[in-house]
Amino acid sequence: MQKYVLASAVAVTAIAAAGMASAQTLEEVKDRGVLNCGVNTGLVGFAAPDAEGEWEGFDVAVCRAVAAAVLGDASSVEFVSTTGKTRFTALASGEVDMVSRNTTWTFTRDVDLKNEFVGINYYDGQGFMVPKGLGVSSATELDGATICIQTGTTTELNLADYFRSNNMDYDPVPIETNAEAQQQYLAGACDVYTTDASGLAATRAAFETPGDHVILPEIISKEPLGPLVRNGDPEWADIVRWTLNGLIAAEEYGITSTNIEELAQGTNNPEINRMLGTEGNFGELLGLESDWLVNALKAGGNYGEIFERHIGENTPIGLARGLNAQWTEGGLMYSPPFR
Amino acid sequence: MSDVHARTVAFVRESEIPPAPPPEAVGGAVKWLRDNLFSNWFNAALTLASLYAIYWVLAQSLPWILNGVWNAGSLAECREILAGTSGACWAVLTERWNQLLFGFTYPSRLYWRPSLAFLLLLVCAAPVLFPALPRRMLILTAFYPFVAYFLIWGGSIWTPVLTAVGFMVGYAVYSRLVTQSFAMGFFGGVVAALVFWLLQGYLIPPLSAVAPIALEAVPSRNMGGFMLNIILGTVCISLSLPIGIALALGRQSSLPIIKWISVIFIEFIRGVPLITLLFVANVVLAYFLPPQTNLDLILRVVIMITMFASAYIAEVVRGGLAALPRGQYEAADSLGLDYAQAMRLIILPQALKISIPGIVNVAVGLFKDTTLVSVISMFDLVGMIRGPILASTDWNGVYWELFGFAALLFFVVCYGISQYSQWLERQLQTDRR
Repeated sequence: MQKYVLASAVAVTAIAAAGMASAQTLEEVKDRGVLNCGVNTGLVGFAAPDAEGEWEGFDVAVCRAVAAAVLGDASSVEFVSTTGKTRFTALASGEVDMVSRNTTWTFTRDVDLKNEFVGINYYDGQGFMVPKGLGVSSATELDGATICIQTGTTTELNLADYFRSNNMDYDPVPIETNAEAQQQYLAGACDVYTTDASGLAATRAAFETPGDHVILPEIISKEPLGPLVRNGDPEWADIVRWTLNGLIAAEEYGITSTNIEELAQGTNNPEINRMLGTEGNFGELLGLESDWLVNALKAGGNYGEIFERHIGENTPIGLARGLNAQWTEGGLMYSPPFR
Repeated sequence: MSDVHARTVAFVRESEIPPAPPPEAVGGAVKWLRDNLFSNWFNAALTLASLYAIYWVLAQSLPWILNGVWNAGSLAECREILAGTSGACWAVLTERWNQLLFGFTYPSRLYWRPSLAFLLLLVCAAPVLFPALPRRMLILTAFYPFVAYFLIWGGSIWTPVLTAVGFMVGYAVYSRLVTQSFAMGFFGGVVAALVFWLLQGYLIPPLSAVAPIALEAVPSRNMGGFMLNIILGTVCISLSLPIGIALALGRQSSLPIIKWISVIFIEFIRGVPLITLLFVANVVLAYFLPPQTNLDLILRVVIMITMFASAYIAEVVRGGLAALPRGQYEAADSLGLDYAQAMRLIILPQALKISIPGIVNVAVGLFKDTTLVSVISMFDLVGMIRGPILASTDWNGVYWELFGFAALLFFVVCYGISQYSQWLERQLQTDRR
């Protein structure tokens, strides 16, 4: 995803000024009765309000799950839309309690900007899209291609690195926004369009004839996207982290929004029992009700259900699970045990 | 004699020839065409080229516009209906109409409130804009800001009412003291109003208990769409005009502190891009204020845009002041007028008249600049389009229709402002015969 130097600069000054944000986020959220969650101003499939103004999307579902876990109500969320430039300051200043905004987990953002990334809900990476007519089936065949690329982003640097390490040449066509890229690419100004793979899929989904374009299999960078909270409140970080882990683990153990009522009565599987609060006191340890994860899962189902509903293969975006499959199915989604 | 004449002249006309129309070639449409479009071969060539260009643009765009689809649930449906033919997908405007106008979080059952406020704006702004209307209507204008605030934001009626009362208290004190000196009246009025507003906080709860008149409150965060552009544009333009005039006068003042404050303010604000000020309003200001102060985001943005616009208006007005002949100032002095009177009666009416085109220029620019708030994640018209609408799975990929619509809305308003200013200039005859 994009990294803005300005955002970092502003965020750093901001944190220097007000670094000691309250460590009592859980209390504040409970008193307020509403979770303030920072989301994108609009990203297809990840966060966008529908015609009725209801927010929905893959990132939004994480906010709703946390709200359900903490407050018992998935609709007690105030969505604060943040741009790439304002997301970290909104978090640091306490305007939002957490950010779930397709944000790449990087060293500097974690360490230097004093954020705490609590997990990864989507493994993204930079990919290439080409028209089928070009007859290219691998990125290694792109020598000499003209490539549309968004300026000022990590994708630009990744591209240069990739082509240099593969001893290939390319001709960059710099563009400003994804919308512009879409027009340029369709008009034939460039042979290839490169950005994050999820973005490519969403862009392609909006084409008149998506079938005429292919996304090449090579992924040339790591873009792990995940929710984050402020540094300095480990209890709150734990809540968000384990809600996300709960969604992922629920898919692994087959807990879905349809069978959760039944499973919440108690099962033979002690791990499921511990998650759903019929055994042990995990909710209490987090400072929440014992059925916290039941509520979180009722909000939108487990990780797999959320994925399928918002960005999965049956949606216009049509992303395959790929890296985001459970570890048992060859992906990277791996929740630590509930023990 | 007549006999002779009758014999020497074969024919005498006894009635006038009826006037004949001028030859085709030197009158009517043909002459106009000749004069204006085909006066020589070069202009004729240019005319033909322009006609072809216009034809080409229309031939490309008209079928697309007219063949548009107005009823569909998504871009994919649009394309299905169009079945491969070229056509616009206007359905996005139909489906998201309310979102484009009001943003996506303003409660839909309350849309009548901003709409009413907008209609009232047209009524209440009229007496300021058209001198021919009865002066008594200015009372409506004076009360309009409070009514509009009450309608758009809702909440207890006592907040706007008491704020208005505060202004009246300030004015009462001012008119008491101004007979002694202008400065005393001015500062006395300001202090009285401030004291009243400080007390206001204690008055609202008991008053609300006695007469709980309130509309459902809508927080600022829920404002959006073109409504937000209009709110920001109207408020900032009307606030920046008096502030700008004050700054322009301050810059010419002989009192060094006032002069330097004005100069530094104007030069600093003019030297900083608006977008930077907006970022300051959105993110940095939160750190300078005490943690519990929750200054409303719209208020912060209004303050920043107003500061920005007043600096520009101040310079425009200063241009007007500088254009006045020195004699006008001296004439005012020789009449024995004090500073306030001289400015109010002689200098400013002339200087402002000269400044109209410049002021309108700033106003139009400012109105369009309100779209910059989309960068600090406020959902004005452009923010709505770039964010929620283009990011919905239904409408991802619709660009021309949405941005064309936004351009149309802005064009209508800005062209209206520009036409009004030209009318006003004709009324005031700024060319100073």
